Parts: sequence; C-alpha cells; structure tokens
Amino acid sequence: MRGHLAPHRFPEKTPRVQSPNTRSTLLMAPALLWLTALMVVPCGLIFALGFFRRGLYGGIEYTFTLENFALIVDPLYAGIFLTSARIAGLATLIAVIIGYAAAYAIAAAPRHRQPLLLFLAVLPFWSNYLIRTYAWIVLLNREGLITQGLRMLGYEGEPPSMLYTEGAVITGLVYNYLPFVILACYAPLARLNPELAEASRDLGASAFTTFRRVILPMTVPGIAAGAVFVFVLSIGNFITPALLGGGRFQMMGNLIYAQFLTANDWPFGAAISMVLIAIMMGLLTLQAIAAEKGAGEKREGADG
Amino acid sequence: MTALLSIDGVSKRFGAVTAVDGLSLDIMENEFFALLGASGSGKTTLLRMLAGFETPDAGAIHLDGADISRVPPNRRPVNLMFQSYALFPHMTVEGNIAYGLEMERLPRSEIASRVAEIMETTELAPMAKRKPDQLSGGQRQRVALARALVKRPRLLLLDEPLGALDKKLRAAMQLELKRLQHDVGITFIVVTHDQEEALVMADRVAILKDGRLLQCGTPHEVYEHPANRFAADFIGVMNFIEEGGRTLAVRPERLHLFPDRADRTVEGRVTARAYHGLDLQLHVATPLSPKPLLVRLTANAADRRPVSEGDTVTLGWNDADTRQFND
Repeated sequence: MRGHLAPHRFPEKTPRVQSPNTRSTLLMAPALLWLTALMVVPCGLIFALGFFRRGLYGGIEYTFTLENFALIVDPLYAGIFLTSARIAGLATLIAVIIGYAAAYAIAAAPRHRQPLLLFLAVLPFWSNYLIRTYAWIVLLNREGLITQGLRMLGYEGEPPSMLYTEGAVITGLVYNYLPFVILACYAPLARLNPELAEASRDLGASAFTTFRRVILPMTVPGIAAGAVFVFVLSIGNFITPALLGGGRFQMMGNLIYAQFLTANDWPFGAAISMVLIAIMMGLLTLQAIAAEKGAGEKREGADG
Repeated sequence: MTALLSIDGVSKRFGAVTAVDGLSLDIMENEFFALLGASGSGKTTLLRMLAGFETPDAGAIHLDGADISRVPPNRRPVNLMFQSYALFPHMTVEGNIAYGLEMERLPRSEIASRVAEIMETTELAPMAKRKPDQLSGGQRQRVALARALVKRPRLLLLDEPLGALDKKLRAAMQLELKRLQHDVGITFIVVTHDQEEALVMADRVAILKDGRLLQCGTPHEVYEHPANRFAADFIGVMNFIEEGGRTLAVRPERLHLFPDRADRTVEGRVTARAYHGLDLQLHVATPLSPKPLLVRLTANAADRRPVSEGDTVTLGWNDADTRQFND
C-alpha cells in the first residue's frame, strides 16, 4: 500500500525502497553512538595511557614505553593475577553447581509455579550490591549472626574466623552472581523436551547416565554462558575482596583500584585494566563461538 | 498358545480422572496390534504403562509370564517409539541408534555391526553421520524406528508412529511398517487415533473409549461386526436408521441406488453430492433418520445412472448388511 501511495502524496520525492539493512543501521545508531562515546573512546584512552611513563609526582610523562606491560609478569603482580583467577575460578565452579541444581529444580517444578520461583531466585539481585555484601559481614563477623547461632546451639569454644578469609570472598562472589547462573541454565533446561530423558531411560540408561549423556550435553551452552559471566565479573570485582577479604586478598580489581586512586600510577593501572579486558574479551569470544556453532548446526538442518 | 503380553484388569487414575479403567487384553507373540481410540480414550496412558513410565493403580501386566508392572523402563525388554521421535539432537544418526546398545554394554564390534545392519534395513546408511535436524520427517521417523528395533525388544510400542508424516508418505509407510514387522519378527503395538491406519496395518485392533475396551478383533470383524453403536460409528462411516423403535446400522457402500432387488427400500432427496474421484458420495434426506443418509457409489455405478442435487432417488439395502444395536 505504502509503496503505491507514497509517490502520489509526495510527488517531489522519488520513490525509494529502504533496504532492511539501512533501516536496522538507523535504529541501532543511538545505541552505537552511546557505546562509542562512553565505552570505545574511554577504553581507547585507557589503552593509550598504558604505553606512557609514570611522572615523578604521579602525573603522566608522554613518552612511549612497554614497561607497564612488562611489569605485569613480575612475580608479585603475576601472583595477584593467579590468586584472582583461582578465587574467580572457585566462585564460578561453586556458582555453576548450585545454580544448575537450582535451575534444574525450577524447570522440574509445575509449569505454573516456575515464574514465581524464578522471581524469588532473582529477588536478592534487586537490592544494592553494597548492602548485600555488608549483610555478609553481619553474618560472618566474629560475633556475628552465625557465631551467635552456634552459641545458642551450645557452642562454647572460640568464635570461628570466617570474615576476612578467601572463603568469605568466594561466598560473597557466589552469592552475588548466582542469579545469572540460574537464569542462564534455566533457559535450556526449560526448553528441553522431557521425552528425550524418557527415550534415554527407555533405551536402557539409568537416571544418572541419562543426565550425563543427554541432559547435561544439551544444556552446556547455558552453563558456559553463566560460567563466563561469573568468572568475568568475579576476576574484575574489587568491592567484595575489599569488604569481605579485609584487604588481605589482593585481586586484580583491587590492584587497579589502588594504582588509580592510591599509588597514582595511572599508566600501570591502565596496563592491568587492558590485560583484564583482553582476558574477558577472549572468554566472551570463545563462548560466543561455541554458542554460534550450536546455532549453526541447527540452521544447516533447516535447509536439509 | 499363551499370550506374550497379558494386561489383566489394569487401572490408572490421575487425580479425579480415570484414564484406564479395569482393562484386560492378551497380545500374542509376533502380532501387529493396534490400540485405537480418540484422544482421552486412555490409549497413550496404557502405552506408557507398558513402557514403564506409569505404574498401574490396580491390575497387573505380564510379559512372558513375568509381572513387569513395577519394573522401571530401563529394565524392560520393551521399547517405545515416541510420537515426537525424541531423537537426541546432539548425537548423529549412528550415535542415536548405538545409544541403546551401549547401555547394554555390548562389545564395540557387536554394536557396530548391529547398527550397520539396522541402518541398511531402514535405508539410513548414507545419513549415518548426520544430526537429526539435518533429516527430513520421514528419515527422522526411520531413525526412531531403527533406534528401538536395534535393541531387539520382545515388544515394540509405537505411539502414533505415522502422525507427523504427510498423507502420501503415511500410506506408503503403513505397508512398510507391516513388512518390517514381518521381517524382524517382533511384536508391535501401535497406538493410533486413525481408524484407517489401524485397519490397514494391524492383525488385531482394540477400540478404547473412556479407558475401557469396547471391542477387540481383526480389522474385518470390527468393521463388519461392530460390537456396539460407538464402535460402529468410530470405525469407518456408518448410517443409523430408526425403524420401528430399533436402530439399524448400515455402511454407505451397502446402500444401493435404484436397486433391482432389495429387502428394504426408501425414497429420498439428494441434498449434497461430493465427487472423490474413486467414488461419488451422496447425502440423501429420508424420513428414516434426522441426518441425511450417506451413500457411496463406485465410479462405475455413478456413471450408469447420473444424479444431481435435488433429484428424488430410491435407496435399497439387504437385511444381511445391517446391524442392530439395543443401546
């Protein structure tokens, strides 16, 4: 209709068919501008900063150097990096196990109850990150709620030291990022045709073998998405290690924070930031390739 | 001959709904058996009890003389071909077919040879390395069949096996399934709502309604000698004639137009005329029934005496071709 009417209504305009490509570019423009101005440009500036020298009194000396990047492999900083990776890795592992089990239970619940269960799983996420983390201090404190609870049960000994440990940091990270894993794992689990599990049982597989050979492989993309999310957010996190680790556990995030705000070594902070971003991008790319591979197989099938 | 499968007074309730209600059936070795019923007749629940996905609330199911009512699905020599096929999307055709044999922990060489053999029989060999979503509907159906058959079950259950195929392929596959069942020598139980499919394929048909068995017999028996009004109406098309307080049933092909000789005749007016190629179907309004009678004429008979809508015609039939029901 529009194609016929347009030339009559607007005779001065030559009829022109907008290709879907042009239209989608137009629609994306505001978001692209936003990302460019607030993400690409600042990242580029930080990246450039990494190649300059630190000035004598905390300023920046604009002479090219690779020293900042070389410094990262220094055993001191490499150690911090490995600690961060270990803590983030452990948090990811625990979050994936708990989150997958929770997602499995939600997907197995009666259909009409699933939205409510998902809502409850995500609920903590809507309170402030700092408040949620402070709540853990109240719980884990030497004379905190857990110790008081133990005392009520008749525990007499020394209060357990839970706060300011690696365990506390991992607990805080798992707690904060668990909803991501639950949501990411729930989607493929809910989509799974229950007859696939029945077919596996019918063909002679036990419940465990059915899980290992049918359910788990089909939900790996969800696990991967959730895991990358937790790992990437954990390794760069600086609030949780600062509050629950009590500064005893330096992670990459704390190190960057310190370079920019206390050590006043912006070029070195920029260099670590870039390494961290590179690791994150690498992991996200791997996960995207894996997801694309899965989707690609399906598309091929539609043609054949 | 003793029965291979003996269903003995089996009931299954879901909440307030009784899906299967005190049903008994014997199925013989090597039989091609059809469970026929509309949705809600309990046929799928019965099938799921045979496969082991549901446990009967009452009664027992014996296979080869052993009570299997409470044996889990992975420990029964019974396999089910799902209506959705339920092929594992992350495995190849070969992987799907081998899965059940791997669960039996057979030697690799035996698995490989049995998988190759069944893929040959079902003409799937060229697709061995493909994934299910790279197959056509007919090919997927054959993979589902091969995956169940390769286990050499005592009993193969098929839930609407041809439901997802288009009409032409379905007709071909009806005969194909029958041939395959004969070749492999495995007892088949097919669940279907399609009465024509049941008649074409099965050695015996059981008609289910509201979880009860209405009639069980050969296709010829259930078509020509329906046990009750529902069975008569459900299988094929049936005309019901009210005559002197009784209900007579007569098939459309047993009504003759302008008969030379007939036990009974009635006059009526043609209200509709549908040409099907193979036959001509007429709707004839008569005083004998509230609904017009359906008459099915072969192409030959239709050519001999052309009729059009609005014509007055004489219909005749023989008493031997009618059934009488008391309900």
